[in-house]
Amino acid sequence: MKNRKKKLQSASESVIEAEAVVENENEQIHNDSVLEDNQPKGKKKKKKAVARKDMTKLQWTLHEIKRNKIAYFMIAPFMLVFILFTVLPVGLSLVLSFTNFNMLEFKWDMFVGIKNYTRLFFEDDIFLLACKNTLVFAAITGPVSYVLSFLVAWFINELSPRVRAIVTLIFYAPSISGNVYLIWGTLFHNDSQGWVNGILLKMNMIDAPILWFHDEQYAMTLCIVVALWMSLGTAFLSFIAGLQTVDKSLFEAAAVDGIKNRWQELWYITLPMMRPQLMFGAVMSITGAFGFGGVVTALCGFPSVNYSCHTIMHCLEDYGSQRWEVGYASAIAVVLFLIMIGANTLVNKMLSKVGQ
Amino acid sequence: MQKMRVRNHQVVLNRSVGGDAGIFLFLFIMGVFMFFPMVYVVMQSLKPLDELWVFPPRFYVVHPTLKNFSDLFTLLSDSWVPFSRYIFNTVFITAMGTFGNLIFSSLAAYAVSKIPFPGRKGVFWLIQRSLMFTSTVTSIANFITLSTLGLMDNPFALIIPAWGSSMGLYLMKQFMDSSISDSVLESARLDGCNEFKTFWVIAMPMVKPAWLTLIIYSFQGLWNTGASAYIYSEEWKTLNYAIGQITAGGIARAGASAAGSVIMMIIPILVFIISQSNIIETMATSGMKD
Repeated sequence: MKNRKKKLQSASESVIEAEAVVENENEQIHNDSVLEDNQPKGKKKKKKAVARKDMTKLQWTLHEIKRNKIAYFMIAPFMLVFILFTVLPVGLSLVLSFTNFNMLEFKWDMFVGIKNYTRLFFEDDIFLLACKNTLVFAAITGPVSYVLSFLVAWFINELSPRVRAIVTLIFYAPSISGNVYLIWGTLFHNDSQGWVNGILLKMNMIDAPILWFHDEQYAMTLCIVVALWMSLGTAFLSFIAGLQTVDKSLFEAAAVDGIKNRWQELWYITLPMMRPQLMFGAVMSITGAFGFGGVVTALCGFPSVNYSCHTIMHCLEDYGSQRWEVGYASAIAVVLFLIMIGANTLVNKMLSKVGQ
Repeated sequence: MQKMRVRNHQVVLNRSVGGDAGIFLFLFIMGVFMFFPMVYVVMQSLKPLDELWVFPPRFYVVHPTLKNFSDLFTLLSDSWVPFSRYIFNTVFITAMGTFGNLIFSSLAAYAVSKIPFPGRKGVFWLIQRSLMFTSTVTSIANFITLSTLGLMDNPFALIIPAWGSSMGLYLMKQFMDSSISDSVLESARLDGCNEFKTFWVIAMPMVKPAWLTLIIYSFQGLWNTGASAYIYSEEWKTLNYAIGQITAGGIARAGASAAGSVIMMIIPILVFIISQSNIIETMATSGMKD
């Protein structure tokens, strides 16, 4: 059915194309007759090309801008909002990070140079701890969720479409279900009413309930588990879709050529064919791994016990919207921005070498 | 050389039984890990009070009841605004934000994908970079921007930034690159369509999967909006925030809190089920070129 539709579409496309050609010629003839131009077509074209050459690069660009000016009207609404709320904040944070801007008075007295940054890295122990936590957190959840997304997508690729749709839903659902992660707080509740504590107590494995999310020893690990639970998101979908587009005949050809098992298939065919999706998935996984503050706050409280789960996001929230030291918070935002962009650039550089 | 198996004139790929079993086991364990908490929420939301307090806690529900759901409306009855107000706020913010994002993003995606204007590479470069950091980075500076614009404590403080969300534009642009042939647009232009008409009449119907995907992405993001620093009066707080407040009431509110979570999750999941094939179709073109 779908194939037929596509065929029809392509047929109609070719008809449209044919019409376009006819019309093109008509126009040409029309033009020629109006201008009473006796020059052959080839020469006319050449003349135009010379004109293009005669222009300087700037002139040509201006000419192109004029010719395509409608495009600027089309991107204007989006770009206005995008620049105002995504590009400008980065620049504004950078500027403010060199000041002692205070939100309560809504003004700054002076530029303080790099004082905010020296305070961050040399005086603020909690920030350094948060840096460590963030990096540990991202270094585990990022790669693990990435590999997990790919493995699951790859494993379910050969299932029948209906089964695949159901399995996809089961794995993808946690990442879109709003605040369902709060259930982990119930499962690992810190008294005997918690599901895990209840079972452990019943089996006499422990004498007293464990505090789980409010215990330094377990909090971070549990947060990582929850993060992984929610992490089969956009990258996962992108992998599923990408695997569907890999040409099946390649595998058959490879089987003929002596590829022995599915792992060799994966390495020699699938991964190189999937490079664009792998790169996009990496961006999604890394950004997700660094942007995981809200869930920790909801489960461990703010601040978490002994700052055991305190991340850079929490520092930012602390100084930005509780102490209103915007200059200092901006410095934190800049550091976070640089870490995210740096990690993404690095990983994409590495991935661009897959299969080359 | 390995022997090839042929069945029904098709080459059968090399698949060991042990490998298949291992994969099945892996998927099964992972599936249980993913699915268990979701089922548990639903179970919790259906438990009557005495079953919530059973020791040791029981997974399944014996006498399901919908009381927890009706409790949601009464629990917050003595709060400043009725529970239905939170639902309205979330629906309003989600609808307005998604609609604006759809229009703005698809217009821009069309221009970036199909019109060779100078600067489009730069625009797309910026869009790609913006996927690499989260809104945490921009939250502080946006606070200043929004209060300068006088949008503090206004639902549009959540709606307007959503219009410029780059994820939808990125997916839409990638999909347009591969699914609309330039010749179709060219013939439309020769027929006398201006760019806006070409976009609306020719291009948009061809990228239906992409705008469905965009709607879903925008929808999920906005639907899950929780407590925000930009909104401080109770009249404009969201559903997610209200449920967070109920949950903060402690274990005594476990049933109602689970019921709230079920309401929160059921809608994005339904939307995803309906549009899954379209999303997958769009995602096939999501890849990044270096």
